[in-house]
Amino acid sequence: MNFFLLEALANAGGAIGAGLGAIGAGIGIGQIGKGALESIARQPEAINDIRSNMILTAALVEGAALFAIIIGFLAMVL
Amino acid sequence: MVYKSIKSLLVAVFSISLVFFYNASFAQHPPVEEPVKKEKIFDANEVIFGHIMDAHEFHFLSYKGADGHMHHATIPLPVILYSKQKGFSFFMSSAFHHGEHVVDGYALLTNERIDHEKLDRNKYAAGKIVAVDATGKIDETVSLFDISLTRNVVQMLLALALLVIILIRVAKKYGTGQGITTAPKGMQNTMETIVNFVNDEVAKPNLGAKSNKYLPYLLTVFLFILINNIVGLIPGTANVTGNIAFTFVLSIISFVVILFSSKSHYWMHIINPPGVPGWVKVILVPVEILGIFTKPFALMIRLFANMVAGHILIICLISLIFIMGSLNQYIGWGFSPFSIAFTIFIYFIEVLVAFLQAFIFTILTAVFIGQAFEGGHDDHAHETAVAH
Repeated sequence: MNFFLLEALANAGGAIGAGLGAIGAGIGIGQIGKGALESIARQPEAINDIRSNMILTAALVEGAALFAIIIGFLAMVL
Repeated sequence: MVYKSIKSLLVAVFSISLVFFYNASFAQHPPVEEPVKKEKIFDANEVIFGHIMDAHEFHFLSYKGADGHMHHATIPLPVILYSKQKGFSFFMSSAFHHGEHVVDGYALLTNERIDHEKLDRNKYAAGKIVAVDATGKIDETVSLFDISLTRNVVQMLLALALLVIILIRVAKKYGTGQGITTAPKGMQNTMETIVNFVNDEVAKPNLGAKSNKYLPYLLTVFLFILINNIVGLIPGTANVTGNIAFTFVLSIISFVVILFSSKSHYWMHIINPPGVPGWVKVILVPVEILGIFTKPFALMIRLFANMVAGHILIICLISLIFIMGSLNQYIGWGFSPFSIAFTIFIYFIEVLVAFLQAFIFTILTAVFIGQAFEGGHDDHAHETAVAH
């Protein structure tokens, strides 16, 4: 294994890892949006509570995806 | 069906790995003439990182003058350096002439120099100040402390001054009676909306009776992040909230506030989770202990990554015009309307993200503080008795 191949594999690994993290977060945020929309359709008067909780949960999911992206980035750089 | 898709997946994976091997044998011939060829082509990497990273000047544009030299339109900033051998040095960053001059035995690294002298990219980066000896070689024996007012620092202070001026003016208006018995006027409307929002949506639902105690902190964090996000969106300014040091300090402050407001109930839940079988505790307790630190860490990464991603996205879309233009000038011109339209679209999303990230940082801090002090009913009754 020479150096160029190792670096290419590290880059590929980082990019694939970040992409997988993004897939997971995409599914998660999609589920949150689905749940929020359904509950708003059921109870339109609760829209304010639902909206702030939706943003909060989406932020938590997004945090997990960002961890994946940062670790992928570290795999490329280090 | 499943087997078939797995098979095609395997084929795809192996063909990709074959491409790697193919490239590996190719890469053994080191590209000798590359540095010469690279000079003309637009370097998107340099532009993007030049925008994202901190710098010793505000850089607006570079152009080639009639005399054939490159000119840079910049605002220079003060440089403050300290080393044991040379003591303190103060000068303006314009004295470097963009890395061409040596000042007081210090030099500013540029990309050209790093490429030319084949310096270690992990150790030296463009825009970093290094100590040099009399011949102009980098002197590694001098340990240098760079405490300059870089553009992130200057912009943060300016944004802070702006925020303080706005808030003091609004506060003075309330002092004269405007807005208390009569309708609020001008900037009061904005601030009242923000304060009400943070109070009603962030503090009250998460902190309950103790919300007034934490409201000053939450409002400070919200307004500080918000103003830095908004000022950072103005073209030509620095990317303050996309600096990991900035978000690190904010998250450390949140961490300290969370720890100081924690009650014994919170710690008992971590060390000895109730209603959990013994063997699960072996796994759960380390996870819970780790959770104390991952909360502020996630706060730090979230704000940093969101702001950096937004700025990179905008600058990438702009760079795309020049990448296309380096293929062919007409492709560049033809591509620019799409690129600019998409940039404006992303720009509006970034304004939304600026508010959203300030809100998310504040609400998560409030949620964590709420988790830290809420507990048994006895504790709570005691707290409210003390508070009144």
